[in-house]
Amino acid sequence: MADRPTESWNSRLGVILAVSGSAVGLGNFLRFPGNVAEYGGGAFMLAYFIGFILLGLPICWAEWTMGRRGGQLGFNSSPAILSALSGKAWMKWLGVIGMVIPVCIYMYYVYIEAWCLGYAVNFATGSMDFANVGESTNFWVDFIGAAKDGSAIGFGLKSVGFFLLICFVLNFFLIYRGISKGIEFFCKYAMPALLVLACVILVRVLTLGTPDTAFPDRNVENGLGFMWNPNKTFLETRDAGTGEWDRGSAEILGKGNLKTNEALVAASGGEKRLVKVSFVAQLLRPDLWLAAVGQIFFSLSVGFGIIITYASYLKPKDDIVLSGLSATSANEFAEVGLGGLITLPAAFMFLGSAGLVGAGLGTFDLGFKVLPMVFASMPAGNFFGFLFFFLLFLAAVTSSLSMLQPGIAFIEEALDIGRKQSVAILGLITAFGALFVVYFSADAKALDTIDFWAGTFLIFILATIEIIIFSWVVGIKKGLSWAHEGALIRIPRWTSFTMVWISPFFLLVIFVLWVLQNVFGLSLQGGEAQTTSYIKDLFIEPNPVAWMSIAVIALVWGFGIVVVSASRRFKGIENIELEENS
Amino acid sequence: MSTGGWIIMLLSVGGVTSLLLWCIYKGLTTPGETDKLHGFEGETPDEAENRS
Repeated sequence: MADRPTESWNSRLGVILAVSGSAVGLGNFLRFPGNVAEYGGGAFMLAYFIGFILLGLPICWAEWTMGRRGGQLGFNSSPAILSALSGKAWMKWLGVIGMVIPVCIYMYYVYIEAWCLGYAVNFATGSMDFANVGESTNFWVDFIGAAKDGSAIGFGLKSVGFFLLICFVLNFFLIYRGISKGIEFFCKYAMPALLVLACVILVRVLTLGTPDTAFPDRNVENGLGFMWNPNKTFLETRDAGTGEWDRGSAEILGKGNLKTNEALVAASGGEKRLVKVSFVAQLLRPDLWLAAVGQIFFSLSVGFGIIITYASYLKPKDDIVLSGLSATSANEFAEVGLGGLITLPAAFMFLGSAGLVGAGLGTFDLGFKVLPMVFASMPAGNFFGFLFFFLLFLAAVTSSLSMLQPGIAFIEEALDIGRKQSVAILGLITAFGALFVVYFSADAKALDTIDFWAGTFLIFILATIEIIIFSWVVGIKKGLSWAHEGALIRIPRWTSFTMVWISPFFLLVIFVLWVLQNVFGLSLQGGEAQTTSYIKDLFIEPNPVAWMSIAVIALVWGFGIVVVSASRRFKGIENIELEENS
Repeated sequence: MSTGGWIIMLLSVGGVTSLLLWCIYKGLTTPGETDKLHGFEGETPDEAENRS
């Protein structure tokens, strides 16, 4: 065995900041606000917090516990830890997805990270001057090369290539320096800096008042209402041909607007009506639950194979219960307390609800098409635009670093080599993958396909495996006793029941709903099933880029399986926990 | 924003902020735990190689 120095975290604060840094990402500031607004503030938040308590937190604690236990046995990678703790030899092959997920996500995440850095630099140089969303969308399309394959590879300020190179080098420089002097060092400065930047932007947004006096309803209060109001009011118009009611996309906000629309209804002779969608009606939508639980799930980085590796570098008596809760609460604060108050209210004040819904509430729509135009329109916009995208860049780096460590740990462990060599190997693999994603940039097809299959589908699988191993195979009693070694607080008793019965069942239901909606194209709000683009690209109208993206995932998985099969370190790994107990 | 909206926003933001503050308080007030909040002493691969 190579004489590898044993790595560990240098401080508890460091590991908490690193794990929360891994979780805090673009989703907190872009995906979460879009989801809350789309699914109705109150109802979404209720489902979100239920998901947090029943799924997010229990799986998080399970990952921390299994990771630290795996570290005690001398392992840092998911395949080794899951195989050792489950006592099943085949788990080392299945557990390879704990390396495949973060490595494949990194291949496109570093590309998005480069967008954030590129946008920050372009704001700093004062070259982001947009009059409308159309102009900012055109900039995005050119910047990321969405129009044509190969068009993203350029090295000017308005191309992503140079920024991608910087991000790639920065990530590998930090990861090469190791757990303590690389990841922990960076997160210890980046996370507080990120929070300060977010607070500065928050103050700016909440003091914008009514930026355009021609639209008095586009103010801070209505911006917050657009996101948080539990009941939504819409104006519907009867279609003259079919007689069916057609709902306009714009939500009606503000007393002035409501009065205007009431007058419209009164004057329409029954051709228009106001419809209120209640809190309960929204809560009964299955797609709301899917969105809320999905948000919790992806936001906390559970099922990514990251926490399990990070926790394996803890010392045997280091607390994991309070540390796990602290990391998740830091993520929740960044998401609900900061992301929830910044992004949408700012966008609403400049576009109004109709403009905002028309431009789109998705992560990329909101982040790279709507917000650049919003910042360009506000006083001192270049400065605040720079701050916001630099904040996103910091959040992205702390996340992308965490995506590399599981791969490093796996290669070090399986090939029995040092950090230098493993960094070089992973560097080659991810450089190839990132170049693939960047080259096939048309419609972000490669990015989207890898995100769907590796960044979503496989995550459900890994999370299910983890919670079943922890609660059923290891056993909840033993699992919790591991968790409580050195713990500063105790995991509440009800959590045992939740971890054994509710979390796996809840996860399964959500997974089935997700597959029905996203793979089979079933509409969860009723209506006809429509084949999704992900299935169409593979089987109905085969798209070469989609197939090559699947091949990239398969190659990474194949590499993992070959390495595991050939590794002496993985031989008999399934008996290690058993021998430890006897 | 409606009254319901204010209530939901304040409960949500207040809830997560309180949870984070409680975690920080708990971590900092537990005897001996602040000893673990120290500087960086780990080695980079180059330093480890030079030492050996």
